[in-house]
Amino acid sequence: MKILIKGGRLIDPATNLDRTGDVAIANGRIVHLGDVGDFGADRTVDARGLIVAPGLVDLCARLREPGHEHEGLLESELAAAAAGGVTSLVCPPDTDPVLDEPGLVEMLKFRARKLSRCRLFPLGALTRQLQGAALTEMAELTEAGCIGFSQAEVAIKDTLVLNRALQYAATYGYTVWLRPQDAWLGGGVAASGPVATRLGLSGVPVSAETVALHTIFELMRATGARVHLCRLSSAAGVELVHAAKKEGLAITADVSINSLHLSDVDIGYFDSAMRLTPPLRQGRDRDALRAGLADGTIDALVSDHMPVTTDEKAVPFAEATPGATGLELLLSLALRWARDAELPLQRALAVVTAEPVRVLGSALGSLSASAGRLVEGGVADVCVFDANASWSVTPEALASQGKHTPFAYASSGFELPARVRTTLVAGHIAYEA
Amino acid sequence: MSELLLDAEALYLELKKGVQKLMTPDTALVGIWSGGAWLAERLAADLGLASGTISSALHRDDFGSRGLVKADHTTLPFDVNGRDILLIDDVLYTGRTTRAVINELFDFGRPARVQLAVLVDRGGRELPIEPAFSAARVTLGPDQKLRLAQGEDRRLKFEVK
Amino acid sequence: MLSKRNPQLNKHGELIHLLSIEGLPRAVIEQILDTAGSFLSVNDREVKKVPLLRGKSVFNLFFENSTRTRTTFEIAAKRLSADVINLDIARSSTAKGETLLDTVANLSAMHADMFVVRHSESGAPHLIAQHCAPHVHVVNAGDGRHAHPTQGLLDMYTIRHFKKDFRNLTVAIVGDIVHSRVARSDIHALNVLGVPEIRAVGPKTLVPGDLRDMGVRVCHDMAEGVKGADVVIMLRLQNERMNGGMLPSSGEFFKHFGLTPEKLALAKPDAIVMHPGPINRGVEIASEVADGKSSVILPQVTFGIAVRMAVMAILAGNEA
Repeated sequence: MKILIKGGRLIDPATNLDRTGDVAIANGRIVHLGDVGDFGADRTVDARGLIVAPGLVDLCARLREPGHEHEGLLESELAAAAAGGVTSLVCPPDTDPVLDEPGLVEMLKFRARKLSRCRLFPLGALTRQLQGAALTEMAELTEAGCIGFSQAEVAIKDTLVLNRALQYAATYGYTVWLRPQDAWLGGGVAASGPVATRLGLSGVPVSAETVALHTIFELMRATGARVHLCRLSSAAGVELVHAAKKEGLAITADVSINSLHLSDVDIGYFDSAMRLTPPLRQGRDRDALRAGLADGTIDALVSDHMPVTTDEKAVPFAEATPGATGLELLLSLALRWARDAELPLQRALAVVTAEPVRVLGSALGSLSASAGRLVEGGVADVCVFDANASWSVTPEALASQGKHTPFAYASSGFELPARVRTTLVAGHIAYEA
Repeated sequence: MSELLLDAEALYLELKKGVQKLMTPDTALVGIWSGGAWLAERLAADLGLASGTISSALHRDDFGSRGLVKADHTTLPFDVNGRDILLIDDVLYTGRTTRAVINELFDFGRPARVQLAVLVDRGGRELPIEPAFSAARVTLGPDQKLRLAQGEDRRLKFEVK
Repeated sequence: MLSKRNPQLNKHGELIHLLSIEGLPRAVIEQILDTAGSFLSVNDREVKKVPLLRGKSVFNLFFENSTRTRTTFEIAAKRLSADVINLDIARSSTAKGETLLDTVANLSAMHADMFVVRHSESGAPHLIAQHCAPHVHVVNAGDGRHAHPTQGLLDMYTIRHFKKDFRNLTVAIVGDIVHSRVARSDIHALNVLGVPEIRAVGPKTLVPGDLRDMGVRVCHDMAEGVKGADVVIMLRLQNERMNGGMLPSSGEFFKHFGLTPEKLALAKPDAIVMHPGPINRGVEIASEVADGKSSVILPQVTFGIAVRMAVMAILAGNEA
């Protein structure tokens, strides 16, 4: 199928592209960028007044299949990805059953391909059943399609096991994706601080993150492993990552849309939409996360998409399931951050396109040459959006089955910038507003 | 706000005469908060009787709509049981405050007799309550309010709104 | 983010739920204390009942056991002529897996007018208040470590009764403050009422430095904490603290932070000793002090009934 996207502002931070023009697509690839004359397109997308960018790459989105089907179906969540302009997403292994067998990974990828073209990059479990004891068959899992290995939210308590896991992964050059949170210090439900103290909620001190970071860095120095740090939450954490990068450790890091924009004060009167992991910290932590994303200490912005049901949130704060829907908010919140930080649009797009691709690196295989970019000859994963539109996050506006988010219009009262108009994956239209 | 041609001081003297006809040496004067409280206090001093004040707040029938009125305290420094009680109020209107006050009084014991004496009876009764003595009778519209006030010189005067 | 209106107040600023002392205007707190004063006299009459809540149903929802607190709420409600229904939730439907909100919805269908709720999770009464019918009032009888507002109010009533003016007092709160909803409510109330010096006294595991954010001076030495105090509030030390590794033993706690006659002597000569109860003799407080002339622990109980009557009466008279 031949598709022509006409008259939009083409922006690709990876190649410094920023011009008005057209994108000609055929056979799933971009055949021409720029001024396209007669192309004989089967479909023309009118992109005048709109931005034409690479499809977004989200490094963390839970689809809740297999296992948690009542919270989200593969179909609805992949539809949500497309509605959010996300053309590639990484999903953690904490499904039920856990993604620790090649067969499960293959089945997940198979099912996803049948439902949607959005590219699914699963993370394999680092240890069997995520139990932090026995290692998984990382090579087999990579062959089945895993792009890295993770413990999801389950910290490994036994440092000997963690050391061995990093060592083993380093053998093959696999990246280990770790949440820096100490298992024991991290048991609370809200960030330690004045708000948690006032509200009588058990606290998670910053040391839960910094102790874990120090441990990870030490073991990296000993094993030479590559690590991607998932969901930084504190100023102290950002500082440690900055120093470790300067030292030359092979680390990358991400931050969630929630931690980037919110703080513990937003918990208000025990609003369980704010029950998240990592917990929302204080204003100065948020400021450090924003600065860290701006200067590259933090590489990527992720949606941390986690659909939860109303039943899971309509309980006292400490009993609520942590998580919020995010796939459809990633672009808007990236743009909002850039506007607040007075950074150019290119930077907002970079942290959700080129930078996540760089984090994934060689794990993407041949795709790494063109994923997250607009290049002639490359894959036609494109997001066309209206940067001047705004929208309210209401249950009806969301394709995801997860309707709970701190940014819900009903509770926050404000609208988010930018609306996706068309999403293309592999040269096919995956979503149209 | 206009000052009605009611000379509160003159009416007080009338009330005092009326109370003298109703009282016994053991009568206790109980002033209904708030207008009746000053009156009872002054009468008790002038006539050498025991006195107290009583609040309708806890027995009002408009609690559901008005909420709890600032619950001024009922203070009855004598035994109610077997006592001859004379309730004193400034203005008698619907009779509902009097009903509430009688209920309040009975929470303290069983009086021998309860009577009511008021400065002004403005009619418009909604309950079967009648004063044994009123110093004046006036007719006012339902949207008018009659209030007894105490000036700086402690002289009583009426305000009509 | 937008700040949300305090769910305890209606649009006229009147109290429709009592969930926490936090966010209550000073005028509302003083209204409750003043009203409690008149209800205190009701308890001295021959007929200890007023009809303010006649025909209303008050449901005691105690998800956490407490016979004492439940009993005082029951007495208070009955003195206001309300019908009282006690629900021992632990043994009832919630144990069968019914959610908190479903339990509340079922009870609302039985025409409850007021819920008195005690729950082990901070924020549970807020959740109930958000979801119950508009005419229903919620009173927090203690939620997790967050708040115990009626206890805070009766403690303030007690202090006002014995000390009159808050503005030149030194108040010491001693014991397991980090886990205490009573302490939090007391601290908020003392701050609103203008007490200039509030001290939180105890070992670092029970009185961590970040309590300063609540507006208290943190003391890890009992002598320093109690010195010159006008009011000493002792908190109950629970066994879980020893089992949970925060303290080695109750004996060591008593030696360093227990209120003995010697420690009390460091406070002002006319200092009062308070305790929310039940007291652990020989753990946080010596028997001689608990039974001594400075102790106002028993008057606290009496004041507690009047304060709870005041809260329920004020709530019942205000519309959502």
